[in-house]
Amino acid sequence: MSNSVKTEEKTTSATPGTPPHHQPKDPSSYLSHLELGERDQTYLDTDELILNMGPQHPATHGVLRVILKLDGEKVLGTECIIGYLHRGVEKIAENRTYTMFNPYVDRMDYVAAVSNGLGYCEAVEKLLNVEAPPRAKYIRVILTELNRLASHQLWLGTHALDIGAITPLFYTFRDREEILKIFEKYCGARLTTHAFRIGGCQYETYDGFEQDVVKFLDFFTPKIDEYEGLLTTNRIWVDRTKGVGKISAEDCIALGVTGPVLRASGVKWDLRKAQPYAAYPDFEFQIPTGTNGDTYDRYLVRMQEMRQSVRILRQAIGRIPEGPIMAKVPKVMKPPVGEIYHSIEAPKGELGYFIVSDGSTQPYRVRVRPPSFINLQALDVMVRGQLVADVIAVIGTLDIVLGEVDR
Amino acid sequence: MSGLKQRYGSGIREASTYLGQNYLVVDSSIIADVLRIFEDEYDFDYCVDITAVHYPKREKQFDVIWILYSFEHNQRVRVKTMIADGDTVPSAVSIWPAANWLEREVYDMFGIRFEGHPDLKRILLPDDWKGHPLRKDYGIIQQDQDWVKANLGIESAQ
Repeated sequence: MSNSVKTEEKTTSATPGTPPHHQPKDPSSYLSHLELGERDQTYLDTDELILNMGPQHPATHGVLRVILKLDGEKVLGTECIIGYLHRGVEKIAENRTYTMFNPYVDRMDYVAAVSNGLGYCEAVEKLLNVEAPPRAKYIRVILTELNRLASHQLWLGTHALDIGAITPLFYTFRDREEILKIFEKYCGARLTTHAFRIGGCQYETYDGFEQDVVKFLDFFTPKIDEYEGLLTTNRIWVDRTKGVGKISAEDCIALGVTGPVLRASGVKWDLRKAQPYAAYPDFEFQIPTGTNGDTYDRYLVRMQEMRQSVRILRQAIGRIPEGPIMAKVPKVMKPPVGEIYHSIEAPKGELGYFIVSDGSTQPYRVRVRPPSFINLQALDVMVRGQLVADVIAVIGTLDIVLGEVDR
Repeated sequence: MSGLKQRYGSGIREASTYLGQNYLVVDSSIIADVLRIFEDEYDFDYCVDITAVHYPKREKQFDVIWILYSFEHNQRVRVKTMIADGDTVPSAVSIWPAANWLEREVYDMFGIRFEGHPDLKRILLPDDWKGHPLRKDYGIIQQDQDWVKANLGIESAQ
């Protein structure tokens, strides 16, 4: 992989179709060109240079390798080298039954395993034409929102640490522990929970589940203020994040970026509202949006999202309906021949599953549309013209999990 | 949809709904035009995903699938075409820049080449890896033995 830096030739469109009536941006402007410029002939010796960052770098959140083309400290272009964590999840799926594949999805975005499970279970349910009972849907929403909080807490802690603020990490990990304890009490696992089954939930809530969640919410609500007290008006934080890694709404849509990054650029779009799933239509909540699309706005959006998640949890916990937690699903699942695409709003963006059934017990093809993978593609556009130190900030603000990027 | 059918006739093989989801099967000769029309005329401005499915027993072995979404209409559509092994598909990078990595992944996993892609190379597997793992004839424990020996210095990675 040593010569992966190579010249990207500008291409002309191969599609002879009708000329577009609106030409927002030259498509090639989204591509970086990593060839070095002319050698500097003056005594100043200001040549452009290529710098390798990662894959073993604490601030790349895993094993991400970025090749940077620099002019001094200014970034002129980047290229991401990924795949170090590729485990062939999609291939594994084709060799497992629908039920057996369920725990594997937790290993993609391992900090938001519950969301992965929800997306997969709902997709297979749609294919089987069954619906989870209302009680299961509520339990799903509660656990998923708790997981969103945990994911955002981990993001906040590590992102702030990358930028140089060490304290938030201890705060967020201390509080995240309480969520993981609830998961552990519910299903025995803290990270890769495998909380849901196709057709509902495997486990009934334990005695005192509601009280635990309410206790956590009472404990956690002032903690968000505490995090904000550490950062929101902190001079260093504002200097390091405001105006850094700006991306416009237009670029976000062109690059397929979703989740908090898209919302921070001002697009009010959240799959929980746009195409509701599980029990989300029952709850009142808002979609926080930003205006500038910079790192600071993405921080604010995620902080607001935590407050909205608390709001959803408070509504859900008070009115979990009684009833069964599993729908009637056959022991041997053989979904009818067909295809389905189902996506949910994971903490990182749109997480989709495209499943093809050939009528047998094993999926013919499972395609995961990972939000981290597609959001990472925007890194190049976001860091061009910024400083090397800002690359770290932007990787943090994109909130990628390499387990999901590489699958 | 009906506008498309009028314009292309039998080029649109199938336009239907399954489990409430719209999909369209089009002939591979007009796929470039159809994708462009979806972006330009029907406001499908967000390319959600590009993927493929391998059917080794068919004459046209691969399904290539584009999942598109329109923010304006809050609607999703799947566009599908079938191609034979070795055929190329027009790249959608000039329509949706998001297609760049998605097409590279399809190439990496299936060996389907996208005509006009600015930098079509492997994305998840090493550049000099042999074989395309998501093809059905690629075994679950199969690997590029030579690559493993040369780069990891071990007999097998299994």
